Amino acid sequence: MDGTLPDQTLLEMYWTMLLSRRLDERAWALHRQGKIAFHISAIGHEAAQIAIASAIRRGYDWIAPYYRDLTLMLALGYTPREFMLSLMGKKGDPSSGGRQMPSHWSLKRANVISHSAPVATQTSHAAGIGLAIKLRGEDKVVITTVGEGSTSQGEWYEGVNWAAVHQLPVVFIIVNNLYAISVRQEQQMAVANAADKALGLGLPGVSADGMDFLAMYHVMKEAVERARRGEGPTVVEAKVYRITPHSSDDDDRSYRSREEVEQFKQRDPLVIARQHLEKQGLLTPSKIEEFEQRARELVEDAVRFGESAPYPDPEEAAYPVYAEEVPRA
Amino acid sequence: MVTQVVMPQLGESVVEGTVTKWLKQKGESVQEMEALLEVTTDKVDTEIPSPASGMLLEILVPEGTTVQAGTVLAWIGEPGEEIPQGAVPIAQDLQTKPESIPQRSEVESGLVMAPSPERQVGFISPVVARMAKEHQIDLSQVKGSGQGGRITKKDLLAYLEARQKQEPAAVAAQPIWETPADGDLFRPTELVFGQPLPEVTAPTQPLSGRLIPFTTMRKAIAEHMIASKHTSAHVTTVMEADLSRVVAHRNAHLSEFAQQGAKLTYTAYFAAAAIAALKAHPLVNSSFTAEGLLIHPQINLGIAASVGEEGLIVPVIKHADSLSLLGLARAINDLAQRARTRQLKPDEVRGGTFTITNHGVGGSLFATPIINQPQCAILGVGVIQKRVVVIEDEFGNDALAIRPMVYLSLTFDHRILDGAAADAFLAKVVERLENFSA
Amino acid sequence: MPEITLIEAIRQAMDEELARDERVFIVGEDVGKRGGVFRATQGLYEKYGPKRVIDSPLAELSIVGVGIGAALYGMRPICEIQFADFIHPAFNQIVNEAAKMCYRSNGEWTVPMVIRAPYGGGIGGGLYHSQSVEAFFAHVPGLKVVIPSNPADAKGLLKAAVRDPNPVLYFEPKKGYRLIKGEVPEGEYLVPLGKARVSRQGEDLTLITYGMTHYYALKAAQMVAAEGIETEVIDLRTLLPIDRETILQSVKKTARALIVHEDNLTGGYGAEIAAILAEQAFMDLDAPIKRLAGPDVPAVPFSHPMQDWFMPNAEKIAAAIRELAAF
Repeated sequence: MDGTLPDQTLLEMYWTMLLSRRLDERAWALHRQGKIAFHISAIGHEAAQIAIASAIRRGYDWIAPYYRDLTLMLALGYTPREFMLSLMGKKGDPSSGGRQMPSHWSLKRANVISHSAPVATQTSHAAGIGLAIKLRGEDKVVITTVGEGSTSQGEWYEGVNWAAVHQLPVVFIIVNNLYAISVRQEQQMAVANAADKALGLGLPGVSADGMDFLAMYHVMKEAVERARRGEGPTVVEAKVYRITPHSSDDDDRSYRSREEVEQFKQRDPLVIARQHLEKQGLLTPSKIEEFEQRARELVEDAVRFGESAPYPDPEEAAYPVYAEEVPRA
Repeated sequence: MVTQVVMPQLGESVVEGTVTKWLKQKGESVQEMEALLEVTTDKVDTEIPSPASGMLLEILVPEGTTVQAGTVLAWIGEPGEEIPQGAVPIAQDLQTKPESIPQRSEVESGLVMAPSPERQVGFISPVVARMAKEHQIDLSQVKGSGQGGRITKKDLLAYLEARQKQEPAAVAAQPIWETPADGDLFRPTELVFGQPLPEVTAPTQPLSGRLIPFTTMRKAIAEHMIASKHTSAHVTTVMEADLSRVVAHRNAHLSEFAQQGAKLTYTAYFAAAAIAALKAHPLVNSSFTAEGLLIHPQINLGIAASVGEEGLIVPVIKHADSLSLLGLARAINDLAQRARTRQLKPDEVRGGTFTITNHGVGGSLFATPIINQPQCAILGVGVIQKRVVVIEDEFGNDALAIRPMVYLSLTFDHRILDGAAADAFLAKVVERLENFSA
Repeated sequence: MPEITLIEAIRQAMDEELARDERVFIVGEDVGKRGGVFRATQGLYEKYGPKRVIDSPLAELSIVGVGIGAALYGMRPICEIQFADFIHPAFNQIVNEAAKMCYRSNGEWTVPMVIRAPYGGGIGGGLYHSQSVEAFFAHVPGLKVVIPSNPADAKGLLKAAVRDPNPVLYFEPKKGYRLIKGEVPEGEYLVPLGKARVSRQGEDLTLITYGMTHYYALKAAQMVAAEGIETEVIDLRTLLPIDRETILQSVKKTARALIVHEDNLTGGYGAEIAAILAEQAFMDLDAPIKRLAGPDVPAVPFSHPMQDWFMPNAEKIAAAIRELAAF
């Protein structure tokens, strides 16, 4: 019974967050069981990502994400099976056919461009897409995400500056989870909020509580509509917390206390969303159990699917170097 | 079914881990995903969740031990289940290593022999060395115009041109007074006047010409052929077969076989007939050994295939006796194609017990093929030709008919078979062809 | 056929491609109202407007990054880097993004864009307006690298580069912008990428080069012809992918190879050509493979005697030809 979003949408948002969480947890377990080589988690970021997905026109607008955006990808139609193929480096992985590490997204059918590992390179790509949209006179919007650490890169400033100068339809999202691996925000920037950087580039910068899916949604919706109306870019900062270590290789005990982690776990976005929907009467214990059961089934199915899928032929590593070779791929 | 618990690779560059604490003891039950043990590496400290539900049957790595990633730490299963003994830990290959592709060097080392010490030829460049070898040039005879008197490519070319101009000059015949007679002093007079003058021939020149080095395949063929001749007592017996029924059968079944993905060649029929004859005369499907005659239990039929100018290869249809005509046709197509494109596996050219060679493709009528060791015999198939034959009608009258005929040449090892046995076998082949029905 | 300068040929190519395909646009510093600091885009802003010829901020990295984004969306950007010396901030985008996009997305995303930059010295530009950078990029699979030496090739190659679905680096020998003139065919024509050209036939040695040194090589070949040495000159035109057949065919004929480029000797592109010849033409060589290249100093100095010490010219090339021919 939220004023702006229909009940069905709210339930779907919760469902996607839950699926993402359970899939994510399973990936951690697979790593600890020695079954996958690498995983980089979205736990703690689910609300911010589902809010982003809900604020755009999926299948129409364009997305330049970064490696933590599992929930966002699921909301755009990426499937748990596809995620498992990518985690296990199997043939048929839609992002790269096994060429990239997991969580290096690309999904052409959902207008998600391919991204790499050097951070913030997607920022100017997003500006370039925005430029093309504007040159063509279309009303699409581009959203792009980075961590707060990436905003230290020259790449980020140049991309945002371009969009600001040319008033491009781009929303630049900074997912501030306080840590760039082990380096805390205070050692990354001199401003209190990452969004404050926007001022220096001539753009509005808005900070939102990224753990609250509705609070984030409202901020995102306004930024997206502004862009769509041709009023230019916005920098949106989603304040979240990275409940897990940076990746499956990281040991976070060397740079933060367990107390801090416990403190932030009190604001688990999944719990906040669930409590909100329970209060609205949209989620009951049996409904929750139904969702949990469905999530378990999808995750199990995905794991089995990934494990039984074949590896790419070694010779596939030889192409496609040039676009002329694409039919072979 | 028992499940392994393995040491995971806890980090991109981590290769080993240490078991710090077992959270369950041997004999305790455990749920899938429940924390089973704690491990530590230089990058990560972590709990390992159980990969399965059941009882912790055995702990293989005690606390405090450091092991490689992929090592089996424990086994989980139903109480009383057997654990594989001496199980080799399956190290999870999380990275495939590229296979190193051995480089095939096309470059032959054609170093020219150092010429006679009268003249130092100086530095010989690669192209000069190659051309000298190809044209059999003695470099000490070549004038060098390069730096320091070095022989250049141009110098070689000039020398060759000059040499060509000289060669047509015929070697002068030796004068008759310098040629010897036969040494007899006093011969009967009538022989003296009846005998023609002794012939004068010029002394022979050393052979010139182009030297082509042998390929590996050619060397192998040469060795095998001469060894075979030295091993077996080769005898060839020839019979002819009337292929009317085969031709009719083939015409009737060509498109049907093509639809099933098989090009129906005559070879398939010869193969079928040979197999039938081998079944009837198992002594032919054998190998001569010092201990005795080894009769092979299965028929592995080799079909000799040409690989162009380079030579020939004999791919083998294993268990050919278990194949129908369709199966044979398919196998023959496949092996022949892969022989041409050099895609045969080593296994596919070994283990033959009998060989067929289609020497007739070039027009040859019959031949004396060489046995493919260590087999007993080889069947040569000549060209299929329409010939006039004499047939008897039901009244015993002779008539002429035109039939598609073929000569079949069977070379056999006379150490193993006598003529009668060989002929019986070949007659069976003929009979099978002449009365063919699939 | 009309005779035009190298820079005019480049300008014409862009004009024609802008007219032909509405997806094509130019972006770079000073390309719009100023018409480019070398006037490579002169008149195009007036003709096509600010949506087709875009003045960018002073930010090479994002000129390329924005170009990549637009290319992903289906446009065909021509990104100008004002001097090749300033391409280095964009190295990340060129090598990590543009070159790898097709491969890493298994062919789903491609980057059809051209990155143009003037390169080379001899114009009093000092260390930061004279660099040759082709070796860095010819090393990267996924990129194409093109260097014209004359107006006819420059126009045809640039048009072909714009139509190529891959990221193409197009380096223009700036010393030759107005110095090199030549006839250009009338009407529509393309010069294919990946094909070298034998610009002069000869029997005594093969001289392989590209860009500005090709111009000097032809002069040097003329000089030594009077002494009885006939030089076969090959203009590579495309460095990546390289046309092996043309090079090998020529060296097999002449048995001697001299590679000439302005870029520093060590690790310069000539080293790759020398390796190809050593591997595949070894048995046809009558002399060691020689390279004549810029000396291994950090860059081209400003003061003109020092600059001339660095730069290849016809006399230096002729001397190298003579030495090789005499071996």
